[in-house]
Amino acid sequence: MTERDLVIVGGGPAGMAAALCAYKNGVKDVLIIERDQRLGGILNQCIHPGFGLEYFKEILTGPEYAQKVTDEIRSIKQIEVSLRSFVVKLEPHKILTILKPGSLQQVKAKTIIMATGCREKTREMIHVPGTRPAGIFSAGLAQKLINIEGLLPGKEVVIVGSGDIGLIMARRLTLEGAKVKAVVEIQKESRGLIRNVVQCLNDFDIPLYFSHKIARIYGNKRVEKVAVIKVDDHFNPIEDSGFSIDCDTVLVSVGLIPENELIEMAGVAIDKKTNCPVSSELNTTSIKGLFVCGNSYKVYDLADSVSLDSEIAGKQAAEFLGSRL
Amino acid sequence: MTEPRLTKKFICIECPKGCEITVTLDEGTIVEITGNSCEKGEAYVRAEITNPTRVLTSSVLAEGLEFKMIPVKTNKPISKAKLITAMREIKQLRIHDPVHCGEVIQRDFLGLGVNLIATRACKKVE
Amino acid sequence: MIYDIIIIGAGVVGTSIARELARYQLKIAIVEKEEELAFGVSKSNSGIIHPGTQNSPESLKGKLCVKGNKLIRKIARELGVDFKQVGELIVAFNENDLARLEELKEEGKKLGVPRLKIVGKKWLREREPNLSKNAVAALYAPTAGIVSPYRLAYDMAENAMQNGVKIYTNSKVSEIHPIKSKENSTAHFEIEIPSGTLKSRYVVNAAGLFADEIARMVGIDDFKITPRKGEEFILDKKREHIANHLLFPLPSKTSKGILVIKTADGNPMIGPTAQDGDDKKDLSTSDQGLKKVLEGVNRMIPSINENDIIAYFAGLRPVAGDDFIIRHENKVPGFINVAGIQSPGLTAAPAIALMVCDILKSAGLKLKKRKVFHSHRKKTVHLFETSLRKTKKLIEKDPAYGDIVCRCEMVSRKEIEDAIARGATTLDGIKFRTRAQAGRCHGGFCTTRIMKILSESLKKSPTKITKNGSGSEIVTKERDND
Repeated sequence: MTERDLVIVGGGPAGMAAALCAYKNGVKDVLIIERDQRLGGILNQCIHPGFGLEYFKEILTGPEYAQKVTDEIRSIKQIEVSLRSFVVKLEPHKILTILKPGSLQQVKAKTIIMATGCREKTREMIHVPGTRPAGIFSAGLAQKLINIEGLLPGKEVVIVGSGDIGLIMARRLTLEGAKVKAVVEIQKESRGLIRNVVQCLNDFDIPLYFSHKIARIYGNKRVEKVAVIKVDDHFNPIEDSGFSIDCDTVLVSVGLIPENELIEMAGVAIDKKTNCPVSSELNTTSIKGLFVCGNSYKVYDLADSVSLDSEIAGKQAAEFLGSRL
Repeated sequence: MTEPRLTKKFICIECPKGCEITVTLDEGTIVEITGNSCEKGEAYVRAEITNPTRVLTSSVLAEGLEFKMIPVKTNKPISKAKLITAMREIKQLRIHDPVHCGEVIQRDFLGLGVNLIATRACKKVE
Repeated sequence: MIYDIIIIGAGVVGTSIARELARYQLKIAIVEKEEELAFGVSKSNSGIIHPGTQNSPESLKGKLCVKGNKLIRKIARELGVDFKQVGELIVAFNENDLARLEELKEEGKKLGVPRLKIVGKKWLREREPNLSKNAVAALYAPTAGIVSPYRLAYDMAENAMQNGVKIYTNSKVSEIHPIKSKENSTAHFEIEIPSGTLKSRYVVNAAGLFADEIARMVGIDDFKITPRKGEEFILDKKREHIANHLLFPLPSKTSKGILVIKTADGNPMIGPTAQDGDDKKDLSTSDQGLKKVLEGVNRMIPSINENDIIAYFAGLRPVAGDDFIIRHENKVPGFINVAGIQSPGLTAAPAIALMVCDILKSAGLKLKKRKVFHSHRKKTVHLFETSLRKTKKLIEKDPAYGDIVCRCEMVSRKEIEDAIARGATTLDGIKFRTRAQAGRCHGGFCTTRIMKILSESLKKSPTKITKNGSGSEIVTKERDND
């Protein structure tokens, strides 16, 4: 078993910002564990602009933001990066079990920063009745298919939920030649940023239905249509307000859930409703020396906020290590 | 004979405030702008009326490189009306050589006076 | 070439029959209309190995269930399928129901269900702390267990193939012609599938929901299969220990009621509903189904709520009257119907297979044992059930075991590639075999990677990769095809 001063789980904007800040505050032995084949996390697939205004004082696309931080990480010898690596187990006394092609290793860390980000809420979590054919995607998966794999998920699309990824995907799909027929939002207003509603929907005349929900998905092998219905203030369907939209694809963009199963496994108290760690002070957990930052600590709207929050965690980790010397 | 006055509504996207701005047009000429809380708002709607522009981001197919798609953007906004034409062109492009972030993929893209640039580095397959 | 036996339907019943018959010197084939095996009734089975407590002692269901429960243990061992004997409780909530529990116990005893006993409040409090305080007593059947229904079917089929059985997938039967030969009166059958005509001396109809349609092709029309829908809801693995046994309310006439089901994969499941319909393809779930299941299950475990649910699906039970139909059709010599195999069909499958062997023997088929029958198959590796020490060894042998594809369920590239080598060609096939995409994120993170592995291994364009066969392609277009 090897021993490390600081292990950071996740090499997205949160993990990288935490690593850089910890390094600048005196930590000279940092290991970043990243599951993908490159650093950057979800930024790699967010090819649209709108990042960096706060953190870099310029408007960047996701990949540019990732590139800037990655370049800095790569210039620092004391920050080691392990790609295609998964933490499969985290024990309360800060021992991590890490799998990567060809190896299983255990690392004892003096401090750990979890920067594991979020997963998307699924169709299953909002209980949409109907069938389960091909053609139902989370917005992020559709984004990955188009932007990373060069594959078009469908031709006629209905988007459930007006989260930012859903709005961004409405534009992206339209530009790629698909017809986005509607965005259906159960709330009375958009969950996404205004600029995304304007530039992703209004620019392309894509209808946005507020106070509506998908009542049913139809189709055996592939999605064929969805039933849409208006809801009242308590989200109950209003009779006779239903209509249907023919489509071959449904994108689900109804929010994010922090990925905290690893720390939960280690015994950290997790808020059942939000899936965030229960903590008395920013970025801390019920285990001393185990910090959580970025979207796994709290779901942020902007990558910039993730970076800023994670710097605090990096600094806290450095202080924790310093106090132990 | 004068055409009736026309009003158009915009949501300003210059900042997260999202002011709803109303513009009154008379025969295509702006006669009144209300609802904005700063100058940026006015500039925004003027541009939206005369020549709305957008930065286009997309990705280009790579061949023989470490990733299949290389993200790109126009280094300056282009006319909104040109977005679809630009996409058609982008889909035809292929990148065979490694690129660095910011490298120009096409100079004077479609004669629009903007460059199409890579937004992420991409190496050869190792 | 003429097969000795062709089995129509590669569900758990068809594959069990094939594996049993593979012990003998026979040429056997299974024809399956779907792209992969177990994609029909079997894929939505609850995975319960029933003890036999809920069927009348005279019924085929009852007898074959009790026998199957005994047989499955050895078969599971031989095939490397995990069988867990978790036991079941049929719970009574009313003093008036105690007599009914006694009756069930007596019926079970008559069938030969071992070690049945009625347990009281105190027993239940200690062993099922989450059970409603209103529970007054339960019939405890310790021999009940759980198994993965699709992995059982896959492993049955694989073992059958090891012993020479041929499987035709994407092979919907359109016609069956009984043929009389001139030299003697022995009949053989011509079976039309899209790729041509297959010939066989005997036909076993194990076509699940479509068994009536297959039977009608040879003029048997005295039964009809009614699809009875069951909606089931899967809970988060975090709730694995919500119940320690399979929990049943006292059964009604049409169904065993809403259950709390432990599964081989760890996630508890609640359901199923029971709704007769007429559409054999309708696998939709409904708001009413969810409501009914939650109401039913909350009578037993009040603390289960909607937010525990991470997935749901519906299955269709092939109902043909009250009992199984397993018989040789004297009107059409050589044709055997195995129809209406709904619950407890999974449990009964190995016993049904033996019964079909006997029927074939009586119908004149010579059953001569093969010199070598490979009864064992190598257990499939699943990292999620492997110790870290053993995982380390596996990775040393093959680096791809360290290459995690699905992190929710901890499935490696090697496991995915193995599944493909064993016959998986679709995303659902990979899911049923390996559990990849079956966790909390529902494939949000791993779908693209699995598509890539499928596309590379099968040498197919990503646009040809499907969820569960032709028509269910995941993506419509590749960028470079523009």
